[in-house]
This record gives sequence, structure tokens and C-alpha cells, in this order.
Amino acid sequence: MNPRSMNAQHEQGRRKAPEMNGNRPMALETDMQAPSLDVREGVDRETVETVANMGSYKYGWDTDIEMDYAPKGLSEDIIRLISAKNEEPDWMTDWRLQAYRRWLQMAEPRWAMLRYPQIDYQDQFYYAKPKSMTQRPKSLEDVDPKLLATYEKLGIPLKEQMLLAGVEGAEAVSPGRRVAVDAVFDSVSVGTTFKAELAKAGVIFCSISEAIREHPDLVRKYLGSVVPQSDNFFATLNSAVFSDGSFVYIPPNTRCPMELSTYFRINAENTGQFERTLIIADKGSYVSYLEGCTAPKRDIAQLHAAVVEIVLLDDAEVKYSTVQNWFPGDEEGRGGIYNFVTKRADCRGARSRVMWTQVETGSAITWKYPSCLLRGDDSQGEFYSIAIANNMQQADTGTKMVHLGKRTRSRIVSKGISAGRAQNTYRGLVSMHPRATDSRNYTQCDSLLIGDRCGAHTVPYIEVKNNSSRVEHEATTSKVDDDQLFYCRSRGMDEEEAVALVVNGFCREVLQALPMEFAMEAQALVAISLEGSVG
Amino acid sequence: MLEIKNLHVKLEDEDKVILKGVDLTVEAGKVHAIMGPNGSGKSTLSYVLSGRDGYRVTEGSATLDGADLLAMAPEERAAAGLFLAFQYPVEIPGVGNMTFLRTAVNAQRKARGEEEVSAADFLKLVRAQAKMLNIDADMLKRPVNVGFSGGEKKRNEILQMAILAPRMCILDETDSGLDVDAMRLVADGVNALRDGKRGFLVITHYQRLLDHIKPDVVHIMADGRIVRTGGPELALEVERNGYADILAEAI
Repeated sequence: MNPRSMNAQHEQGRRKAPEMNGNRPMALETDMQAPSLDVREGVDRETVETVANMGSYKYGWDTDIEMDYAPKGLSEDIIRLISAKNEEPDWMTDWRLQAYRRWLQMAEPRWAMLRYPQIDYQDQFYYAKPKSMTQRPKSLEDVDPKLLATYEKLGIPLKEQMLLAGVEGAEAVSPGRRVAVDAVFDSVSVGTTFKAELAKAGVIFCSISEAIREHPDLVRKYLGSVVPQSDNFFATLNSAVFSDGSFVYIPPNTRCPMELSTYFRINAENTGQFERTLIIADKGSYVSYLEGCTAPKRDIAQLHAAVVEIVLLDDAEVKYSTVQNWFPGDEEGRGGIYNFVTKRADCRGARSRVMWTQVETGSAITWKYPSCLLRGDDSQGEFYSIAIANNMQQADTGTKMVHLGKRTRSRIVSKGISAGRAQNTYRGLVSMHPRATDSRNYTQCDSLLIGDRCGAHTVPYIEVKNNSSRVEHEATTSKVDDDQLFYCRSRGMDEEEAVALVVNGFCREVLQALPMEFAMEAQALVAISLEGSVG
Repeated sequence: MLEIKNLHVKLEDEDKVILKGVDLTVEAGKVHAIMGPNGSGKSTLSYVLSGRDGYRVTEGSATLDGADLLAMAPEERAAAGLFLAFQYPVEIPGVGNMTFLRTAVNAQRKARGEEEVSAADFLKLVRAQAKMLNIDADMLKRPVNVGFSGGEKKRNEILQMAILAPRMCILDETDSGLDVDAMRLVADGVNALRDGKRGFLVITHYQRLLDHIKPDVVHIMADGRIVRTGGPELALEVERNGYADILAEAI
């Protein structure tokens, strides 16, 4: 049960002093080297990007599309503008403003094991929308082909693409296993597929901005009820400025007829993405929800501060899987996404059950603790995580299991992999409240080091306030050892294949928790993320 | 086929010379055995041939069918047809034995510009070979060597050898830690692979493995050199008199 921390490198990767580019204030600049913005237009830019894209991050391209930006910076006016752009009712605008005023009084948390330069919140765009989306597309013809092409290139299962605009009749043609997709591009939802079919089952799946307009009662009742406006600095910022995200409602005793997914794409430069997802699983319902994310390669780090709230009533079950593949920054730590995310599930109902599965390979900075409030008696929370940090990436991630109800159970399986000069921290809380009698937790927390310049840290917090609960914590730290690599290579695998094989073995329990095709993607991603980490 | 000439090897990080001029040629279809006391350099020879880090070749050469082994990465040597059955097979947690094998087969095929083997064909191939080595389906599913008994690990090495179908097989003390029955299974597996074209280099301390795998040529290695070469009767001599006589003679 001891907190363990181990560092493979005594001489920490020393960072070069930043060469400041005096001409322009830069948002979220990493402390490595000032990126040059002068190549922004024309051929130079293309050349730079082509070269940059030759690396291993295959989603690093961008879409050249005309955008509508709100002015840079954050103020009450900007918030009113975002609210107006989304055609929101007054109560929503007020809710945002309340959050904003609160946020102004809050300080950015710095307790995580993360090092990054001061973020200039006034040097960000908080709203970016493709111009072509100004008029809500009514049919396939109306959706900007560039947007459709973007998702096609990302390989998002948009058979649904045909259906993005909800074209009548198109849904009948899709064979096999289907996934409904809500595609979020920068600040707006581009479209949601299979809506009509889902509606037949009573399932509501749409963008949150649409939900605010069309289903205000549900939104008003549940928004902020799991992650309160003032929960933490980043969640509060999100509450003020969130522009879009997904909304899901599964009616009582309904098994959602297909998997739902949201695909987040950050495209615009200097723009933060602040999406908000709200999932409500009514009594006895079930849904499996997938989330995927990518962003172009940029020299400048970008901010992503999302909030996900899940409400589970009696006997409901939700599986939430994330494959997070934001641009992680380059080998020297330039650029990448700063990912500050608050995800929480509230098992309000008795016997409800939530399972978080995450594969975190991207982001320069990850600050993320998907949590479970086990309020209902006999409710269950599970957290399966793979966090990979390579090169200069830093991850501080884990979970919170708060046991409030009787006989609640939780299980945590965390696999942290560090390579290059990366630092990877597991931070977890298991809390057994006095009323949570006869509850159980099992935590398994394994770290794998590749090379000798990276670090793995495990910081478990455990509070038990009753006599009948049990908490188990196991932690291991291991290295991909030379014998394993040589063994694989002597059988014909090259070094990278060998590392991927060993690492996939290490992650197996978590990969198995993912839906099938997500698991395949994740497995491939694990290999790609570790390219160049040995040798 | 395998030609080792005047091979000198030292440890990379220490000034310790281990091989002091090894000369050895294994012809196609032949089984050569290397015997010798502890610390004579037998295992080092097998590691150097398969490309393990930590050693430096200071002089000499090693070729397989004329190709310079020492210039190749371990995986290239494997694709060129070299196989080492490990004395201590390595455990890889979480990776199913079957997955490991298929990854290896396909990696080699890819390196040789061949098409990947289909899952169905592969399964057939493995099942047939596994049956011969008395390896059950459960062992194929379990993670590579994790929780395997000594005998299971060695049989698993021979299974890999059978499936990868190398040109040249090196067995590094495959008999260590085996009971008589397990040794017979392993030997049967090896004998089944003797097809008149494949070469074998069998490294062992004891004569008893050579009762089951009949060698064509026996070498005695001591202090980093081959000190004597002869027929199968040489192994029997060692069994009777130990190494002392031969070593005394060599010096």
C-alpha cells in the first residue's frame, strides 16, 4: 500500500531554454523552442508540414477550411457570443456566466507531476466554426465536402458519412455492425448519424448544443449535476466556454441498439477545444460509448479542456471507451495538445455499473482522472487504463473511486508505459465512506519502462472510513528487458515489432476490455506510439 | 553451410576474452555436437552467432551459406535461416504463444519478401507440429513460457524451431533441466527435422542427449577453442573419463 515512485533517470531530461520569439505573444507555447509562425501561408508552410508529417503521427495533417472565429481571449462578451452562436436560452447563458465569474477567482491546479509553461488564457480562440456550418446543413449536399473528406481521411466509420446530414433513406443501406457517430470539428458538431433509427428506440443522440435547444428539461436537470460548475479550474473554464459536444439519453429499460461514438477533431490553430458530453442512462438501460480524438501537428501546444458527465440510474450500465490520440508533440517536445479533462460517472442508482476504458497515447500533457461516484447500493465502477508517454510527453492520470453506497465494488487496472524522456504518473483515489459498508476495491497498477531516461510514478491515495470494506492495491514496475527483445528478434521480429509485442502483452488486460475494433485500433496505436523508443 | 573461421570474441564491457580462435564448419545435413566443461565458451558461441548484444568480435568470421552473419541484425540472421533454441527460454507475459509464433513467422516471411501465412493455414501447421511434441492446445494459448515447466519450455523451443523451419539450428544445452521422458520428446522433435539438408549444432554438457540425437561430428571445446574433433565415440570417451584427459592432452 505504500505509494511508490521510481525514476529511471537520475539526471532528468534537461530542457533547453526557450528561444523566445519576441514578435508575437504565443499561446501555450512549450518551453522548448519558439515555433515560427511566419511560414503560416503559402508553399513554405506546406513544405514544413509535409516534412513534419513524415513522422509517426499519421493524423497530423490539417484541413484548409474557412473558419469563423470569435475574437481571441475570454470575457463575458465572448461567453455571450458563444451562447448566442449556439442560439441558447437565457438560463444557459446565465449558467455560463456564473461559471466564468467563478473561474476568475480560481487558480490553476499545479499539484500534478507535470511541467509546462504558464498558459495565457487570453491568447486563445474559444470558438472556431467552419464557415460552411453557419447554416445548419439540411442534407448531404449541404455539408461541406471538405469536412466530409476530413473524416473520411481520418478513417472514421462514416458509412455514416453518407448519413451525416441525416439524409432520408440512406440508413437502410449500411450493412453489418453499425456505430452512430457524432463528429465534432473544433467548436461545433458537424453532424450525427443514425439519429432517426436511434429515435425509434427512444434514444436521443445529438450534439449538446442541439440538446440545449431541443431537450432543455433533460439538460437543465442533469448538466453540472455530476461535475458541478465550480468543480475544478478546468471544469469551470469548460462550463463557461464549452461550445459543443455530445448528448445521450437512453430511456428506461432500453438497450441502445448500436454503439455510440463521438469523434473529436481539433483543426484550427491557437484554438482550444472545450467539449462537453452528457450521458444519461435511465433505469435499466445500457449503452456502449466510444470517444476518439486527433489533432493536426502544430508547433504550438493547444489546449483541450473537456468535461464528461455520466448519470446512471437504477440498474443502468454504461461502458465508456476512449482512444485518445491527440498530437503528442514532436520528439523535442514542441507542440502537442495540453489535455485537461474532467470525466466523472455518477452511479446514482442501485446496482448501476460503469466502466471506463482509456487508451491514452496522445497529448503533450495529460491531466485526467475519470472517476466513479458509487452512490447507489451495490453499484460498481471499473477503470481500465493504458497510458503511454514517449519522447517528452507527460501524463498524470488515474481515477477516483468514491464508495458511498453499501456493497459497492470497484476495480482499477492501470498500465503505464514510459519511453524516451517521458514521465508517467498514476494518481488514484479510493475512498470508502462510513456508510459504504461491505465494499471492495481492487487496484492493480503496473508500470513499464522502456529505456533509461524515462520515469514512472505511482501515487495511490486510499481512505477507508468503515470496518467492513476491503481495499487491495498491487503495484509493479518493470522494464522491457533486453532478454525479451533479443528473444523476439532471434525469432525474426525487428526491434520495433518486438517492443510492440512485449508492450501489447503488458497491456493485454486493458485491451481486452475494449470493444473489438477499438481494441485492434488501440493495439496498432500502441505500436505506433512507441516507434523509435528503442535503439 | 555454417562456417566459423578463427573467431575471437571478448565481452563488450570488460576486458575478458572468451573465444580465442574458433574454427568450425557444419555441412548441410550434418549434426555437430559441441561438448566442453563450464566456462569453455559454448554458450557464448551460440549467442555470438545469433547476434546477442554484449560481445565484441575482434577477429575472424562466421558465415551462413556464404552470407556474413556477423554483419546482420539478429532478426536478419533469423530470416536467413539461423535458429537458436535457448538454454533459458524467456518469458513474455500477456503474449499468447500462438500470437508470438505467428508474429515471428510472418516477420520472417516479410523479410524474405514472401506473403503472410493465413490464420487458418497457420493453425493447421501449428496443430500438427504441436501434437508431435505433445504440446496441448492450452499450452499454445498460454503466454510465452510463463509458468511453463522446464520440459514445457524446451519443447516450446523445439516447436518454434519446427514451425520456423530454419536452415541451421543451434541447440544451447537443450537437455539441461529435462527428465528422461522430456528429453526423448525433444530429441524426437529434433530428429524429425533432420532431413538431410538442415544443419545442427548441438551444445551439451552430457553424452546422454547424444544417445538420442546421434551426432555426425563431436567437438570438444575448452578455454575458447575447439581442442579436439572426432566422431560419436569422442562423446563416449568424455562420458567415461571426463574432460580432464582431453584437456591435459590439448595443453
